[in-house]
Amino acid sequence: MLWYIGRRLLQLIPVFFGATFLIYFMVFSLPGDPIAALFGERPPPDSVIQAIREQYHLDEPFLVQYFHYVGGILTGDFGLTYSGRPVIDLLVQAFPITFRLAMLALLFEAVAGIAVGLFAGLRKGKLFDASALVVSLLLISVPTFVIGFILQYVFSIQLGLFRTTVSSGAPWNELVLPAIVLASVSFAYIVRLTRASVADNLGADFVRTATAKGLPRRRVVTVHVLRNSLVPVVTFLGVDVGSLMVGAVVTEGIFNINGVGGTVFKAVQVGEGPTVVSFVAVMVIIYMLANLLVDVLYAALDPRIRLAK
Amino acid sequence: MADVSETPVAAIDNIDETEKPRSSFSDAWDAMRSRPMFWVSTVLILVILVVALFPSWFTSVAPNRGCDLPDSNGGPEAGHIFGFTRQGCDIYARIIFGTQASVTVGLLATLIVTIFGSIVGAVAGFYGGLVDGVLSRLGDIFFAIPTILGAIVLISVLPDRTPIVISLVIALFAWPQIARIMRGAVLSAKSADYVMASTALGVSRFRILIRHIIPNSLAPVIVVATTSLGTFIVAEATLSFLGIGLSGNSVMSWGADIAQARSSIQTAPMVLFYPAAALSVTVLSFLMLGDVVRDALDPQARARR
Repeated sequence: MLWYIGRRLLQLIPVFFGATFLIYFMVFSLPGDPIAALFGERPPPDSVIQAIREQYHLDEPFLVQYFHYVGGILTGDFGLTYSGRPVIDLLVQAFPITFRLAMLALLFEAVAGIAVGLFAGLRKGKLFDASALVVSLLLISVPTFVIGFILQYVFSIQLGLFRTTVSSGAPWNELVLPAIVLASVSFAYIVRLTRASVADNLGADFVRTATAKGLPRRRVVTVHVLRNSLVPVVTFLGVDVGSLMVGAVVTEGIFNINGVGGTVFKAVQVGEGPTVVSFVAVMVIIYMLANLLVDVLYAALDPRIRLAK
Repeated sequence: MADVSETPVAAIDNIDETEKPRSSFSDAWDAMRSRPMFWVSTVLILVILVVALFPSWFTSVAPNRGCDLPDSNGGPEAGHIFGFTRQGCDIYARIIFGTQASVTVGLLATLIVTIFGSIVGAVAGFYGGLVDGVLSRLGDIFFAIPTILGAIVLISVLPDRTPIVISLVIALFAWPQIARIMRGAVLSAKSADYVMASTALGVSRFRILIRHIIPNSLAPVIVVATTSLGTFIVAEATLSFLGIGLSGNSVMSWGADIAQARSSIQTAPMVLFYPAAALSVTVLSFLMLGDVVRDALDPQARARR
């Protein structure tokens, strides 16, 4: 098992360099001169331009710039934004907020999604199952930003149950509604996944055996059916950590949250290369680690995978 | 001893050899044909395609014309069944003209992703070794960058945001999914008996890949591609919503219309509702078709129903 984790970690190294290089390449081929943008109408003396170019390594070949940059990231030095603020400050400010938002969303989609999917799968073909299927199809086909507008309109503006926008500190209780919006699509996928695999497993031989040897239905469902049905759901949840971080771009925009999504989006629009690359690099790392965690959990949930290694 | 005509052997004699051999795709077609959901989604998709191809058949308003500021957020009236947007444009006409952008991006992105992803996946799975290692790591790199995030960064660099460019950008970050599925299917098809039989008959490796392995690995790719079409339409709408979708004043997009309608959600919620409904129905049609196709192509799922 340890050997397996180690091998997977090694595989992540080229992926990390490849993904960050790709982003770096895209961002720094941005048209326009960021230094000129700093000074407005009156151009600064050449010596100042030269000094700034050296400080940001803009005068060196592209590959050298990239390795300067990645070396910095790996030693915890994320560099400065073009306005002189350390990028790490922005990271420290934005990531906890998005982390809280994503965790709430993950909690919501996992608990509610598995519960609804389990009940639908156990009562396949009944009214509850049919309505769960219809609702999940609707949630998938209505874009997140529309769901966001509607929930914000109904619950915040009409009913006044939540704040319309989240205050700058983004405390947990204000993030409930945004988290539900963020989780809505994934919730629908989890309902469908759980339902399908519960319905599959109900007909499996090991479930028939468990019932035949006289186990109470409650135990058959929780221990035998549910545990085996969770394998695809756990895979989905792991991959979803990444999409939640990104889905936050839209949700954070709607509820005016100063998280990762909002910061990246603003940085892209004003051409703040260093900020964009740093944020995306951190997101890629989180995404890769989440995928690794899934594979490890996978092995823990399903002994067949563990034994095959 | 029983007469031969009464034993199971008789069944073999009764096989009609002139009958066309049944492929798994013709079985799938029979399974799909019997489901109402298949016909509902197919009819919806056909209507959507016709609207996308010939928008002027459905509205007499010329594109980007007929906007009158005094009509701002006005309700429905004769000739304008959905009412007016904030700029006083006819909502119905904008939805009709917006169909083209969404459908074009969805179809193009799916086409690019499916062709490119299948080729990469098939080559990686079939040739294995170093080729597989390099292609799979390359896929991992693009897979590690979430589609919308990569699209936001890349699009900000591009001067022109035509439907083709937007489709290429979405496809660039979405192809590894298809490649992985194709690779897995090819890996399992590679060890099948019919491949060994072809090898024994002296068929070349490349021909085995083209004639036997790829056709037998297509089913899961088709399923994912159909469902992806819906997701790509949502992706285009999301980019438009963020203000980095299709560029140019003449382009009408549901996503952009939804984003604009947001400012007047309290006074005129229907302005937001109509383009959102058009978008959702389109995505829903492709999702339903994807569901039916999946059930039909998966013999296990077919038996369960």
